[in-house]
Amino acid sequence: MTELLDVSGLGKRFGGFVALEGIDLRVAAGERVGLIGPNGSGKSTLVNCLSGTLRHDSGRVRFDGRMLDGLAPHRRTRLGLARSFQLPRPFSSLTVGDNLRVPIEYAMRAHPHAASIDLAARCDELLGMVGLHGRARAHPPDLTQVEMRKLELARAMAAEPKLLIADEAMAGLSHAEVDDILALLLRLNDRGVTIIMIEHIMRAVMQFSQRLVVLVAGRKIADGDPAEVIRNPEVERAYLGE
Amino acid sequence: MRITTFLLVAIVCAALTFLAARWIGNGYVFFAGYVVLQYIVLATAWNILGGYCGYVNFGVAAFFALGAYAAVAVGKLVPLPLPVMMLIGGVVSGVLGLAMGYLTLRLRGAFFSIATLAMAVVAQTLMVNWAFVGGSAGAYSIRPMKTPLLGIDYIQYLFLLMLGLSVLSVVTARLIERSRLGLGFASIRDDELAAEASGVPTLRLKLFATTLSGALMGMAGAPLPLYVTFLDPPSAFSLSYAVNTIAMPLIGGTGSWPGPVIGAVLIATLQQVATVTISSAVNLLIVGVVLVGFVVAAPNGILGLMRSGVPRERRGARRAVART
Repeated sequence: MTELLDVSGLGKRFGGFVALEGIDLRVAAGERVGLIGPNGSGKSTLVNCLSGTLRHDSGRVRFDGRMLDGLAPHRRTRLGLARSFQLPRPFSSLTVGDNLRVPIEYAMRAHPHAASIDLAARCDELLGMVGLHGRARAHPPDLTQVEMRKLELARAMAAEPKLLIADEAMAGLSHAEVDDILALLLRLNDRGVTIIMIEHIMRAVMQFSQRLVVLVAGRKIADGDPAEVIRNPEVERAYLGE
Repeated sequence: MRITTFLLVAIVCAALTFLAARWIGNGYVFFAGYVVLQYIVLATAWNILGGYCGYVNFGVAAFFALGAYAAVAVGKLVPLPLPVMMLIGGVVSGVLGLAMGYLTLRLRGAFFSIATLAMAVVAQTLMVNWAFVGGSAGAYSIRPMKTPLLGIDYIQYLFLLMLGLSVLSVVTARLIERSRLGLGFASIRDDELAAEASGVPTLRLKLFATTLSGALMGMAGAPLPLYVTFLDPPSAFSLSYAVNTIAMPLIGGTGSWPGPVIGAVLIATLQQVATVTISSAVNLLIVGVVLVGFVVAAPNGILGLMRSGVPRERRGARRAVART
């Protein structure tokens, strides 16, 4: 398999606080990677550095054969690196349909092959994919928590990404709703989207991931087969203490 | 309605307005009507940045006055026709808008608004110290009796130009609203981080908004010297321009183009009537009272009241303004 994302020696500081240090991460095209770590271990900082919201201080990020260093977030989205937010951030004055129109118009249509795409059809397709049929005219504040998460994923998918970083897409959902989102992410992966899933819900992580990466205090302490990684004594110590 | 149809309707409305004013046959109608039209332009221009993008600009007076001072300065060097002056005023204020955008758009909410207010103070200080355009003593601009071109009264000519500019502003605003650009603006207003993540080049769009908004305000300011015939910094940079311009879209509704137009026509007309019947001193009181009334009773403005059957209509726009 070809390498889609290649992060090497990534570091980020906030003043004197080292949030990330020497992160190496390689993700192959089509892979499902789980990223876990205790609160404050730097997971979200890593997502923000990859998506361009934060500038990393050291190291390199290569995506799909291109260096991403210094590129603005919208450029990275257009290149095919999409993210969803930990807390859903819908455009709340726009309808659900218009929420999807934003990335369709601005990210997907940046690709030459998509210039002639039918907007309404694409919108319906996305809503159908995440199970929000017929909600195009609703406003985000009227959605339930799980619908909001689905909208968040649909919006990220509207840009037709190669890599989707799902930042805690299931936090706060019920057991059945977690299964719902999990199935959705697996479906997306089936269509060829590479996915990095950041999650605290271990049941979901274990079901989803082909490979598991563990961050603790800004460093990567484990990376490999999920079943082996969670038996790793260092990982156990990080989660359960001595 | 297609944009060409809309443009035609707007032009017909403008023509009817002009004919109605001529039919009344009183020169003062043009004098008062000019101010109403000027506020339609200012409120619409403000709304492009404030209502669509959610960036509240308190520096309206700077853009407006700089357009006026550009006309004074250029007029002293070469006497040019007024429409050309308006274009020059628009370019000057547009450049100011672009510069302001570069310097301040990393700021959000109240911080952006404070920076724009500070910029107005800086611009006023510069004009006070620029002797060529009259400095603190002010500058006279002699208004001709008749226009050579149409042979009509000069005040009617000013009215006509401002009418044309109103049409231009409103059509531009509506064009933006229905376009990809308007969608991008709305995404910036609702959540800038999510907009970037959705592929929206937020900085470029915001710079476009500040430039366009500034340019329209500058164009509205360029005829001011000939309208008032005497321009000095305290009157050109008067805070009341900013207060009125911000209040009008808020009263009318910030979500779409009719809001600023309704607000401007309502408030500016009230003010003109009050100036004649009571005193010009009550103008700010009128704005204040009406604005407080709307904030309490109809926080989405007149448009919000009319659409109150439709829940959550453009609530985000109001929230963006309320945050600052």
